[in-house]
Amino acid sequence: MTTPANIHSNIPTTAAAIADGVRSGALKAVDVLEAHLAQIAAREGDIHAFNLVTADEARAAAARVDADVAAGRDPGVLAGVPIALKDNMCTRGIPTTCSSKILEGWRPPYDATVVQRLAAAGAVAIGKTNLDEFAMGSSTENSAFGVTFNPRDTSRVSGGSSGGSAAAVAAGFSPISIGSDTGGSIRQPAALCGVVGVKPTYGTVSRYGLVAYASSLDQMGPFSIDVRDSALVLEAISGHDPMDSTSIPQAPLSLQHVLSQGVEGLRVGRITDMPSGADPDVTARLEAAFDALKAAGAKIVDVEMPSMKYALTAYYLIAPAEASSNLARYDGVRYGLRVNTTDTNAMYSATRTAGFGEEVKRRIMLGTYALSAGYYDAYYGKALKVRRLISDDFARAYTKADVLLTPTSPIVAFPVGEKSDDPLAMYLCDIYTIPTNLAGHPAMSVPFGTGAHGLPVGVQILAPTLGEQVMFKVAASLERSMIAAGGAK
Amino acid sequence: MTAADNKTQGSEIQYDMSKNEIKVAPNDGSYLLDGYELVCGLEVHVELATATKLFSASANRFGDDPNTHIDPVTLGLPGALPVLNRQAVELAMRIGLALNCSVQPSTFHRKNYFYPDMPKAYQISQYDQPINVNGWLELPGGKRIGVERAHLEEDTGKSTHIGGTGGRIHGSDYSLIDFNRAGVPLVEIVGRPDIASPEEARQYVTELRQILVAVGASDAKMEEGSMRCDANVSVRKPGSPLGIRCEIKNVNSVRSLGRAIEYEARRQIVLLETGEKIRQETRHWDETDGRTHTLRSKEDADDYRYFLEPDLVPLNPDRAWIDAVRAALPMLPRERRLRLSHATGAPADGEAIMVVVERGQDDYVMSVGEAGADVARALVHVKEAFAEQGANPTVPAGDLAQMIIMETGGKLTSTQAKTVLAEIVANGGGDAVAIAATKGFEAMDNSALEAIVDQVIAEQAEAWSKYCGGEQKAMGALVGAIMKASQGKADGKAVTALLLAKKG
Repeated sequence: MTTPANIHSNIPTTAAAIADGVRSGALKAVDVLEAHLAQIAAREGDIHAFNLVTADEARAAAARVDADVAAGRDPGVLAGVPIALKDNMCTRGIPTTCSSKILEGWRPPYDATVVQRLAAAGAVAIGKTNLDEFAMGSSTENSAFGVTFNPRDTSRVSGGSSGGSAAAVAAGFSPISIGSDTGGSIRQPAALCGVVGVKPTYGTVSRYGLVAYASSLDQMGPFSIDVRDSALVLEAISGHDPMDSTSIPQAPLSLQHVLSQGVEGLRVGRITDMPSGADPDVTARLEAAFDALKAAGAKIVDVEMPSMKYALTAYYLIAPAEASSNLARYDGVRYGLRVNTTDTNAMYSATRTAGFGEEVKRRIMLGTYALSAGYYDAYYGKALKVRRLISDDFARAYTKADVLLTPTSPIVAFPVGEKSDDPLAMYLCDIYTIPTNLAGHPAMSVPFGTGAHGLPVGVQILAPTLGEQVMFKVAASLERSMIAAGGAK
Repeated sequence: MTAADNKTQGSEIQYDMSKNEIKVAPNDGSYLLDGYELVCGLEVHVELATATKLFSASANRFGDDPNTHIDPVTLGLPGALPVLNRQAVELAMRIGLALNCSVQPSTFHRKNYFYPDMPKAYQISQYDQPINVNGWLELPGGKRIGVERAHLEEDTGKSTHIGGTGGRIHGSDYSLIDFNRAGVPLVEIVGRPDIASPEEARQYVTELRQILVAVGASDAKMEEGSMRCDANVSVRKPGSPLGIRCEIKNVNSVRSLGRAIEYEARRQIVLLETGEKIRQETRHWDETDGRTHTLRSKEDADDYRYFLEPDLVPLNPDRAWIDAVRAALPMLPRERRLRLSHATGAPADGEAIMVVVERGQDDYVMSVGEAGADVARALVHVKEAFAEQGANPTVPAGDLAQMIIMETGGKLTSTQAKTVLAEIVANGGGDAVAIAATKGFEAMDNSALEAIVDQVIAEQAEAWSKYCGGEQKAMGALVGAIMKASQGKADGKAVTALLLAKKG
């Protein structure tokens, strides 16, 4: 694993080390922050990870953390850790745009639950990161505010939709960022940028305050430089939230203690009928990951997922259908953009025409069609059946295996513009990540070496519902094997 | 939902949702308009009397300044999520159980459409799995009207369109929106088309209103909009298939409901008689001209693109909760009428019992009885004299009981009793004995009365002989003279009894 290009002197790179230093008084949160702001000043012009850097609010928050420590109060497990937030989570008084013109200028009157929990743990929010408009895309090229470039190679995309959050961590702008994952929007950019990205079990992290794309699939999770930092952040943001009816009534996840436990005896599944099409450099890294786990004592077993090949199709009916409903509220009446015309219906139409980008319009049209009278059964209804079949496939697979291993993305980061005119080619980027969202299971991407052009390759670990502990055990084991093989941590 | 699920216990109607076909048993033919039967089903929306909204913690209150009971959920702000109100579920179950419905596991759907007072651009409503199904409501005369379902949904905000014509959004200068009502919990009670006359429709709504108030689910005031009623109306010749139906909206009182249904039925009959077709459409009742007007036709109907609301989980009240709600149901109007009928001997659907139960004064009447007075007299007095008193009369039950005991004991004539009662009611209570004394209504014993009777018989010999000859009219003259001679203190019943005895 490569260290993010790093100009921080005397500042640790991981959240765990920063929080330890700040809590013990060895580090000042304000110094940690300034080092990261300096890194942003140095590289953000080439990367464009952020829609907004909230330096003033961050300085105030860091000062409060230091004041807490000085007064003998513990600021929390993320004390002084700079965190970047995907710009689709509500931040009180701070613009939240979803990288869409239609929300430009809107300042939410409330914080998302995740934002509250991060602040309560002592984290310092440093800004709002770029994304594909309303999280619809796999390259962060669909942003109304410009592309986010890959810190590993700025001629290439950062992945998406949480490209800004992935790039922020990869560029050393913050050790942690938060993204949202509806069909792979955390894991795929994590793979392309060479960082860790986790989509927890649906219902583990509250969606309250996450601007909805596809409500039954959306889930928030962290990006980090290493596996332990993601475990640390998930422990802080997970757990039941009474404001989200789909939040699982359970205590926060407990993950850090499993990281050293090893994988001996664990059954790691290889999907024998997985949709093909991954590039050879990517499949080579997957094979290396199987080998590493086998060497660490895991057993490799074959499983079948016969319905997996239908997942992409089902996703591109279910997600747009929900999106067509979720995005109907952007009508120019109450907030965001309004294009004034002669009457209400014309105003709706002009506002939405001007406010939404092409991909968003495409999905609204798709979803509206899929739900329409006379088409529901053939499209949306059938997609729901496929969703159940995929869940059934997973249930069978997990009787044989404890986790499954796949590529995260079939390809490494591709050049900016390469797929922007071909939606179907873009959709294929999510072929390995989408099934998990349909089932509601956890999955994560860990960097596992490099492929073509020396670009990062991610390996995806999939686990059954609430299987985060076993998933993190495997992730930590893969990370250890990379370090042992000479990859820098 | 299958046809079997929908088989009603209230009538012989079957509804097959997949085919959208309704079969109704012929009505009894007692109500005909120019040879046509009326087929009517009512959809009643009722606002639940919860403390907070259906999916958020904002207050559910009517009449405050606009946009004071709002929050991210109510406004449909990006990222806000609904959380179901437990009290609303409980009130919905009370309604269902009081209407003899089955309470079943249910789900919520999104009903998608654009309107400025609908901030999410969809309404969260129960669709194919409502919480309450297959019940009935029994009219006071005993006829059962089927209740297909009673489901939960959220209310919209309130729009006021300024300028232009007709208070419509199109053509107005601007519109004001008050979101206080947005997200207020509603239960929609969908009745089956078992209603066969405007009078049955009025009875249905009146009875439903009393049930809703009795179970504490709503104040159910049509005039204030906390209860709203739409009527589906069609006509047909007896024995013919169902006619095309029209839905009537904007009916704001029980009286208007009957008028609107009758107008609409007659409108349809005129069309049929002149060989024209009825278009399935939604019509608007205009109170001022007493007519219904086209609002929108079926062809203009929106495609609501219903789908399961992904932000909520299925609602599955456990058996213990349902049983607890059922056990806690108060006595319903029908039971109250039967109880009073049993106690008084008056008919359960007679005017006195209907009026007293509707006013909520039946417990009071029973307590007057428990205080030792004749319950039947109590019923009559309360019905006549307590119209302004409401459900909790200020007159202590014991005071009314004392007055009735004097009356039935012959110590007050019925005329005197009314006078004393009027005084008691005016003062919010009082000692009947003392009031009678101050009015000079002292008791007249039988020997004093007999002397007066004898005196009048002697004075009115002609009337007496006519009375003895069987002329009932003559009795009036005798009684009148006796009452006059006694200065109104004589009891009418005692007088007739004495006259009868002396006639031999």
